Amino acid sequence: MSMNKILIRGARVLGGEAQDVLIEGETIAATGTGLTDPDATVVPAEGQILLPGLVDLHTHLREPGREDSETVLTGTRAAASGGFTSVFAMANTFPVADTAGVVEQVYRLGQESGYCDVQPIGAVTVGLEGTQLAELGAMHESAAGVTVFSDDGKCVHDAVIMRRALEYVKAFGGVVAQHAQEPRLTEGAQMNEGTVSAELGLGGWPAVAEESIVARDVLLAEHVGSRVHICHLSTAGSVEIVRWAKSRGIDVTAEVTPHHLLLTDELVRSYDPVYKVNPPLRTERDVRALREALADGTIDIVATDHAPHPHEDKDCEWAAAAMGMVGLETALSVVQRTMVETGLLDWAGVADRMSFAPARIGRATGHGRPVSAGEPANLTLVDPAYRGTVDPAGFASRSRNTPYRGRELPGRVTHTFLRGRATLMDGKLA
Amino acid sequence: MMRHLISAADLTRDEAVLILDTAEEMARVADRPIKKLPTLRGRTVVNLFFEDSTRTRISFEAAEKRLSADVINFSAKGSSVSKGESLKDTAQTLEAMGVDAVVIRHGASGAPYRLATSGWIDAAVINAGDGTHQHPTQALLDAFTMRRRLVGRDTGLGRDLAGKRITIVGDVLHSRVARSNVDLLHTLGAEVTLVAPPTLVPVGVTSWPCEVSYDLDAVLPKSDAVMMLRVQRERMNAAFFPTEREYSRRYGLDGDRLARMPEHAVVMHPGPMVRGMEITAEVADSPRCTVIEQVANGVSIRMAVLYLLLGGNEPATTHARTEESK
Repeated sequence: MSMNKILIRGARVLGGEAQDVLIEGETIAATGTGLTDPDATVVPAEGQILLPGLVDLHTHLREPGREDSETVLTGTRAAASGGFTSVFAMANTFPVADTAGVVEQVYRLGQESGYCDVQPIGAVTVGLEGTQLAELGAMHESAAGVTVFSDDGKCVHDAVIMRRALEYVKAFGGVVAQHAQEPRLTEGAQMNEGTVSAELGLGGWPAVAEESIVARDVLLAEHVGSRVHICHLSTAGSVEIVRWAKSRGIDVTAEVTPHHLLLTDELVRSYDPVYKVNPPLRTERDVRALREALADGTIDIVATDHAPHPHEDKDCEWAAAAMGMVGLETALSVVQRTMVETGLLDWAGVADRMSFAPARIGRATGHGRPVSAGEPANLTLVDPAYRGTVDPAGFASRSRNTPYRGRELPGRVTHTFLRGRATLMDGKLA
Repeated sequence: MMRHLISAADLTRDEAVLILDTAEEMARVADRPIKKLPTLRGRTVVNLFFEDSTRTRISFEAAEKRLSADVINFSAKGSSVSKGESLKDTAQTLEAMGVDAVVIRHGASGAPYRLATSGWIDAAVINAGDGTHQHPTQALLDAFTMRRRLVGRDTGLGRDLAGKRITIVGDVLHSRVARSNVDLLHTLGAEVTLVAPPTLVPVGVTSWPCEVSYDLDAVLPKSDAVMMLRVQRERMNAAFFPTEREYSRRYGLDGDRLARMPEHAVVMHPGPMVRGMEITAEVADSPRCTVIEQVANGVSIRMAVLYLLLGGNEPATTHARTEESK
């Protein structure tokens, strides 16, 4: 049986000098200049950037339960289109991923899809209700090998439950990823609380509702000596708290979504629910702080919070609409626009924030590895010179709820390789 | 003239004055033995009310009927909406029946804006109150009432409210009436002061074109009109204020406070009033309180808005004038 061989020619590895990369089977066989192999399929990649396969620590694949918005198959196809080789699937499915059975189902569906590795996230509490710990150990011991636990969509708001969860997962190196939202301060919340909400008459989601939980949780993590991960940081105040916590040596990591790096609550003036998301779009000042924090490492990673919803859940009045945006297929372009083209991050930095660091936080074996001989061939090839207008009709995701429809964004993922096999080839799904 | 009326903030000074002037024309119709104009004959207007509101619905209905429109009343209660039909489907169903204008009251802020801008329907959309966002015809009828009282019925024609000091008291946070009034009164040149406990003022109020005070007694002597907003008793359960009595003592309008207002100053209320809470019966029933006038003026304003949005090319006012000159 002849081994799959691919020769990527002339790509700038992590944005550096042009190199050739030879893939044999599932592994990177060699890197260097002037590589040749008569049996290899050649991928001409002059001017393109080669990155380690992207890793998304925060994806909603919706299966089981909401297959009308996304399935593991459609979601992983969207992931491959966006350059991802590993995604972490959030637990707020129906039923909730709070047992070994459900996480194993999601894991198996991911393996069957073949487009992207799917690492299920387990719920922290039974039914995301915030009152009783789910069987975290059983989920970890299961075939899915869960290491990240989150009630995302809901905050683990009870301080004692949060403390116990942080402590409990230490036994197997797990991490709790907190959706920081003080529930009482956000009753009826519809958008960021500020001048725009005052004008539009929409219920406010104050920054302090996020910041108070972030502050509490970094202190809890310090007290019990655990690590904690903060989902979708959205405010300048949260950035300050995380920066302070890190300076104290607290084991905290944090993520930011692409949309919080680009969009502000001014867009809500359209009352178009495509801009409705949790946490809400914030202000220009917050956007600036988030970009700077991602650049200086206070925020460790970009995570998409890809949240598919069917058309009818967005084609309605604001208050009735679902919260969330799809993001897998536009994430890298938004990061290029907001971080690379602004000079805040180079491509090596992008590789860190979107592959190395998320793989490290989530313990994603085989992902987020250096682009060098002997490593698994999980790779993403990006054409940074590409300019295009976002057309959701072309999305692989089953849902179209993107805030970027009609917007010009730079860059395009041309190839994605999952263990040496092209899941995306010349911009087309395999 | 614009195609829809969604927000008081969308009106220019001249558009607003045109509506007020047109409303004065319409008010004359009410003085005639037959209170009817043929302007909207053959046009169909639907009153699409997703929230209970007897007085606003009746006011629009009276205005529509005086302009000879065919009127359909649609109340969301007991309709397919309660069975889960979306706003989009409801609106498209109504439009398929040949509706020219939709007067919409909805509990969700922005619902009329969505209706007007999403390409769901072609009909003109008039906002009859959306969530805690806007209630533009209320602001217009309030401005109309102020102009009559503070400038004069005839001398007011063509004029705005420049320099008038208007105080709005009460639950600003949850009030679409307050938002609409701040926008429109500012456009018309008035100086607006909001008075409320700090809990009932939105966090982002600093960007509004008005002053904010927590001290009603300090503001009253400098007010040409004082508009009292309804305060729901249930608000105290969410800790917006401690008790009904404390609210009433600090922010309610009673006879003593009325006496501190300038002699010419009027008391206004969009209704329904909670007597004993934000306003005492003594003040509510005093001749300086314009509540009943506001209701009558509401019909004139809504006639003017419908006329300008739907029948602007018809010679309705000319027709009315001709009849009067006979």
